Amino acid sequence: MSDNGNGDGGALAAGGPDDERIKKTGGLRQWLIRPELGGIVGVIAVFIFFGVLAGDSGMFNAQGIMNWSQISAQFMIIAVGACMLMVAGEFDLSVGSMIGFAGISIAMFGVVWGWPMWVAILITFAICMGVGAINGVIVVRTGLPSFIVTLAFLFILRGFTIFIPQTVENRTIIGGIEEAAEGDWLAAVFNTDLAGWLFRWLADIGVVDTFSRGTRAGEPVISGIPMLIVWAFVLVIIGHVVLTRTRFGNWIFAVGGDAQAARYVGVPVDRVKIIMFMTTAFCATVFACVQVFEFGSAAADRGILKEFEAIIAVVIGGALLTGGYGSVVGAALGALIFGVVQQGLFFADVESSLFRVFLGVILLFAVILNTYIRRIITGER
Amino acid sequence: MADPIVHMENITKHFGPVIALNGVSFDVKAGECHCLLGDNGAGKSTFIKTMSGVHKPTSGEIMFEGRKMNFASPRDAMEAGIATVYQDLAMIPLMSVTRNFWMGREPKKGFFIDFDKANSTTMSEMKKMGINLRSPDQAVGTLSGGERQTVAIARAVYFGAKVLILDEPTSALGVRQTSNVLATVDRVRKSGIGVVFITHNVRHAMAVGDRFTVLNRGKTLGTAARGEITPEELQDLMAGGQEMAQLEGSLGGTV
Ligand SMILES: Nc1ncnc2c1ncn2[C@@H]1O[C@H](COP(=O)(O)OP(=O)(O)OP(=O)(O)O)[C@@H](O)[C@H]1O
Ligand SMILES: [Mg+2]
Repeated sequence: MSDNGNGDGGALAAGGPDDERIKKTGGLRQWLIRPELGGIVGVIAVFIFFGVLAGDSGMFNAQGIMNWSQISAQFMIIAVGACMLMVAGEFDLSVGSMIGFAGISIAMFGVVWGWPMWVAILITFAICMGVGAINGVIVVRTGLPSFIVTLAFLFILRGFTIFIPQTVENRTIIGGIEEAAEGDWLAAVFNTDLAGWLFRWLADIGVVDTFSRGTRAGEPVISGIPMLIVWAFVLVIIGHVVLTRTRFGNWIFAVGGDAQAARYVGVPVDRVKIIMFMTTAFCATVFACVQVFEFGSAAADRGILKEFEAIIAVVIGGALLTGGYGSVVGAALGALIFGVVQQGLFFADVESSLFRVFLGVILLFAVILNTYIRRIITGER
Repeated sequence: MADPIVHMENITKHFGPVIALNGVSFDVKAGECHCLLGDNGAGKSTFIKTMSGVHKPTSGEIMFEGRKMNFASPRDAMEAGIATVYQDLAMIPLMSVTRNFWMGREPKKGFFIDFDKANSTTMSEMKKMGINLRSPDQAVGTLSGGERQTVAIARAVYFGAKVLILDEPTSALGVRQTSNVLATVDRVRKSGIGVVFITHNVRHAMAVGDRFTVLNRGKTLGTAARGEITPEELQDLMAGGQEMAQLEGSLGGTV
């Protein structure tokens, strides 16, 4: 018989806080193994870095903050879905294509075919979440890796995204969305600036600049908090609460941690996974809506590479690629790092291609750190 | 004598051409520990999986508290009161003890999990089993094998199991951890739960068993009550008699 009673039986025998077999580690270690650690350290690091490098470039005045906040918020929206899906043990590589597809779908229904914008939006959500469900059903029924299944949909969706407007309208960019969405209540949910009074007041007391020329002279340069940022915050908060506080969240962790074990205790594994694929699709569609109404157009090449950016933000945020562990707040911090670095390089006037180099390097670091943290939590040697 | 809680009659199970079980009868009563012994591949795991709703028997009857049952899923069996601690444990190493303990039946307060209740119940149930957890947030991955077994057992008992099936709970454990798990089994039995204890270690079986059934190549070789059979006879039965006696001779009685 192998004797594995030698190293790890401590708490069984004596137990309690006074067990001589348990090293006193205190709160520090507890804190060190939180999934958000990498994200928090990263955020502090990038702020110090760009504070020094680009501190006087306007990156940290009201307009600059609004600039990288919006970019970060975009990343956050898709990172929330990707994070919860990764915790459930799966990937979705079709997110980027889904963004392009959803944008074109809104434009086709809402502009080309002239349906009310809110109908176009709802139909698009239904179609995209349906595609998410198909992804999920194929993954759970066939047992194939989600990597392959969603890679297939990366191509399928992108193909349709180009084919449909090309065939119907003979072009792949569709404009006129702003006019079509005029006064539409649901479009406004994705494209309104909130709390304009706050910024007018901030302009009055001189904190926010005002336009000095043009049609909007005298108005503050920031007209309000964009719905994009509101969506990002709401999704992060809901995602975080669901994941850490609810029964369903417990099941998401379980499904990614060990699907068979979860099944044994009665967790509806397949249903949880399918719902997570649909959630990811939902987030991608929210992203597409915000983008389409901001730009006033949809284009078939939107969203390319977004799936990888989402996954990287999630991994920087401390999630394990193998599933069962991760944090929505961490993923949001990962997205913030992304936004700050991407725009920071711009403010610091550094060649923007270096952003890719940065992504690769930080991804490697994050994965190595996470693997190490995993060993600590599970006591693996 | 009391009626059995579960009675399995003439169970067979075929996997395609493989005949894993070929007519096995077995029962377990409240408050007893019925040991199921047999060599590797004898069909022990397959047998208890039919009892816990994982496999449907090819033929044979399952009676639960006198009624004929047809479990469609592990969930059905669990609801009836048959809890199983599998060889591979059904624990999720990255998750905390509390989250594992309550998995699938999390207590709720409004929309959210009631963590106060979940944590304090987990701590006190584990204490009853003789384990003082450092913290209910501790990941199961950091527990020892014996501790994990105990969490799984405590969970089954807490959720009102009438029959507790343990598939080789001691096979990977050291001496001291084994005796702890055996002590837990004893405690569970005394609380009136029927325990099905699977092992191929005769000494472990003898330590807690009230009755012993030996499986060999998918068939029962018979059931004996405590005191009717010696450990040597049991050992011989498991190995199919003859050869083992000879082997034992040449090894000088060390097996
Ligand atoms: N799903 C299956 N498909 C085909 N054959 C199976 C299946 N499950 C079990 N068997 C076969 O049934 C027989 C009994 O296996 P089982 O796992 O029940 O043995 P066991 O007594 O639990 O052995 P051990 O002591 O090694 O755990 C073996 O020959 C095995 O190969
Ligand atoms: Mg077995």
